[in-house]
Amino acid sequence: MRRSMLFIPGNTPNLLINGGFLGADALIFDLEDAVSPDEKDAARILVRNIMKFMDLRGCETIVRINSIDTDYWKADLEQILPQKPRWIMLPKTGCAADVLTADAEISRLEQRLGMEPNTVRLMPLIETALGVENAFAIASASKRVGAIFLGAEDLTADLRCKRTKGGAEIDYARSRMVMAARAAEVDVYDTPFTDVNDDEGIRADAEYAKSLGFTGKASISPRHVGVINEVFSPSRKDIEYAYEVMDAIRQAHEQGRGAIALHGKMIDAPIVARARQTIAMAEEMGVGKAVQHEES
Amino acid sequence: MEIIKRAIAGTLESSDAYVEIEPNAQGIRCELESVVEQQFGDNIRGLVEEILAGCGVKNAKIHIIDRGALECVIRARVEAAVMRGKGE
Repeated sequence: MRRSMLFIPGNTPNLLINGGFLGADALIFDLEDAVSPDEKDAARILVRNIMKFMDLRGCETIVRINSIDTDYWKADLEQILPQKPRWIMLPKTGCAADVLTADAEISRLEQRLGMEPNTVRLMPLIETALGVENAFAIASASKRVGAIFLGAEDLTADLRCKRTKGGAEIDYARSRMVMAARAAEVDVYDTPFTDVNDDEGIRADAEYAKSLGFTGKASISPRHVGVINEVFSPSRKDIEYAYEVMDAIRQAHEQGRGAIALHGKMIDAPIVARARQTIAMAEEMGVGKAVQHEES
Repeated sequence: MEIIKRAIAGTLESSDAYVEIEPNAQGIRCELESVVEQQFGDNIRGLVEEILAGCGVKNAKIHIIDRGALECVIRARVEAAVMRGKGE
């Protein structure tokens, strides 16, 4: 379950050591934009030590390395891979070849470190017009890719337009990213909402992203994490309905019935698939069984 | 491994440590300023010596201003200072 992903600057001990207490499902340790060029070396050593010695309280670790057109990315991987991050986020991914370049280097390091192949997943960060147009090719370039992530700040700079709260300028990119990710059967994450003090704005933005099909959303502020988790969690009503669907399926099988209806509506394969996803998520959140018992 | 030049890593911000390392003719000389000096000073000095030994540094003067850094942060800052001081 990865509803929220919180960016943590890679050279800031105070935030890094507290990352596990901020409520996010995943932490993105940022070695790229949040770190000045003359501190890249210290940041990667710091992140490596944090990952090695800190209890991150079950948060998934994602490390945003520097892009493959810099001199930093291979050193980032050298330092970070031994700590077995769940994900490497690859910024400014523009095409499938970028994925394959990073994939080859990660494979080389995995082999050297005696790790199972594809232990470390890749999450390409798509933040250019070229990347958006190549989204499906990027998402399906390698088995290592498990998700793609939209970065709207760099994208709007590339598009030569203003980034607005309404987000009309990234509508096409959002839809295209979701379509590409779902076609490639990987997850897809929405760009952060950058106004830290706008509590209504973050909710509306997260709800919109969810309505388009995004798996979750990134944040640059711990203040947004709670809202993102809430929006991307199934509601109590969704969970109750999911259990009803699975119960109806079970009863129909027991009675040898083919066609199944619930509350006057036919239950078909996509509804069952969605119910299974909802129950899996509810159980991961630790609320599934409680709702099921109350419902029965 | 020889420390060949003066190098700095870390900051004076809360939870961080500011580490300055420079060449020393003979042995390790460690100076520590820390708000927890009385309680943890010996532990921190021991940790620094262990990290320097791990990096293969036998001769260095090291000055640390600790702002309540956890062990893993001190490790990272000393490692970074060593790496910069050896000229990489």
